[in-house]
Amino acid sequence: MLRLENINKTFNAGTVDECRLFEDFNLNISKGEFVSVIGSNGSGKTTMLNMVCGSLAPDSGKIYFADKDITKLSEYKRSKYMGRVFQEPKIGTCPNLSIIENMSLADNKNKYFGLRAGVNKKRVDYYRSLVEECGLGLENRMNVPVGSLSGGQRQALALVIANMTDIDFLVLDEHTAALDPKSSEMVMHLTDKFIKKNNITTLMVTHNLRFAVEYGTRLIMMHEGKCIVDIKDDEKKKCSVDELLKKFNEISIETGN
Amino acid sequence: METLGIIKIILEEGAKYAILAMGVYLTYSILDFPDLSVDGTMPLGAVLSAVLILHGWNPWLSLVVAFAAGAAAGCITGLLHVVLKIRPLLCGILVFTSLLSINLIIAKAGTNGQSIVSIFGEDTIFTGKLAQLIPQSVGTLTIRKLIMLAVIVVLMKIAIDLYLKTKNGMLLRATGANEQYVVMLAKDPGKMKILGLALGNALAALSGAVIAQANETANTTMGTGMVVFGLSSVIIGLTLFGKVKFMQHTTMVIFGTIIYKACLQIAVSLGLPSDYNKLLMVVLFVAALVISEKVKLKGGNKNAKA
Repeated sequence: MLRLENINKTFNAGTVDECRLFEDFNLNISKGEFVSVIGSNGSGKTTMLNMVCGSLAPDSGKIYFADKDITKLSEYKRSKYMGRVFQEPKIGTCPNLSIIENMSLADNKNKYFGLRAGVNKKRVDYYRSLVEECGLGLENRMNVPVGSLSGGQRQALALVIANMTDIDFLVLDEHTAALDPKSSEMVMHLTDKFIKKNNITTLMVTHNLRFAVEYGTRLIMMHEGKCIVDIKDDEKKKCSVDELLKKFNEISIETGN
Repeated sequence: METLGIIKIILEEGAKYAILAMGVYLTYSILDFPDLSVDGTMPLGAVLSAVLILHGWNPWLSLVVAFAAGAAAGCITGLLHVVLKIRPLLCGILVFTSLLSINLIIAKAGTNGQSIVSIFGEDTIFTGKLAQLIPQSVGTLTIRKLIMLAVIVVLMKIAIDLYLKTKNGMLLRATGANEQYVVMLAKDPGKMKILGLALGNALAALSGAVIAQANETANTTMGTGMVVFGLSSVIIGLTLFGKVKFMQHTTMVIFGTIIYKACLQIAVSLGLPSDYNKLLMVVLFVAALVISEKVKLKGGNKNAKA
């Protein structure tokens, strides 16, 4: 479904701070996979996500989505079939619009944004039923500006919104990192529920090793722009947090971190 | 009777400039774009409308042309920012500066070389058939102009309110608050910014055209201070009435304009020479900003920032 081929990316090229992060990087994600990506800071996780979503262009190499070359496609055009939830809960929703208005906009994704009424009253019950699934009581606050909700509530809503349209691919960019332990647990649980229900191919970057082990069908550990661990299905099920932590420490010692 | 006369002047002045303030509200508050081109697009509309009337055009049609010209100028501000990635403040200054020339060219071409376009005695929207439906005066107070202005302002306000509730209007509101959200909706936020700036400047130009017809004159320098004026009106309106539930922001902006004009008018009535006018505008603007910051600390109003 998603294929990164011979990706090269260098930061600060030509300066003393030159950093060749990716050298002939390849990654292939098949339809239906739920890939968790872990790795230390600077290992290239976020750079990879940014290249997948189109907010950053590779120096060379190709990115294919459903066998279409999307390397040069702008970020907003890729959003037609990709959803993304960010680390920062504020990015996934619009603070000055109410829950209903936020959801109405998402409901209209890939359709024409013309001069018809922004909120279709007939759809409000449907929106309510969607947020009800979060179990956060959001269904009673449908007309409240989203800016007044808590981080966990906003992130849950962002997740619902990202999943409202028929996306084929979901990108989760450390989406539980800014939340307290309880909220992050709740959001991760919701995430898994959504993904399983709609069978969406997912790429999740996380710093939470336990989430990476417990959720998903494939696990990748990145280090200096390479996948040093790539396990899936049965092999992944046998993997434990301790094992990963050991691996993590090994590479940290190597680089002197 | 004199007080009544002053109140009438304040309301008239407020109504004339309220359309411009609503345009500034669109760019500054909704789009979060500090747009300085308004100083140029307001006289653009004024000069254009006056010149067209001089050449025998229908006054209402001249408003439409002014609106379109303002939209075109706003598009250029937007294109400079979105395509060439020039900073918002600079885009406004560039468009404003180029309009100084354009407005002068239009005025001179329309009047055989003058920078002031007088339409004294010509047909305007305030003398047309529609205006004649309204009584000229009640007692000694002439009210026709005021009522015409009020009707235009209310119609524009309703149109803006309705637009902001459409799908497109909601997308515009989203663009100002969270661009990334628009990207996630697979829409280009750049296009929405250009549209918002076009709308804001179209309203500024329309306001200029209405002012020209009401004053029966237009000149190329009448736009000086319009940004300061528009921003002050928006900030005063949103700050003073921000807590009032069920009052639309556009209504707050209209009230803000009237209050601002009242302050200026009262100063004049107290004997302040008109030379001090622009100075007073800045003092009022700073006062509005400081007060809005105070209110923000207490309550919290996203838009009350410079």
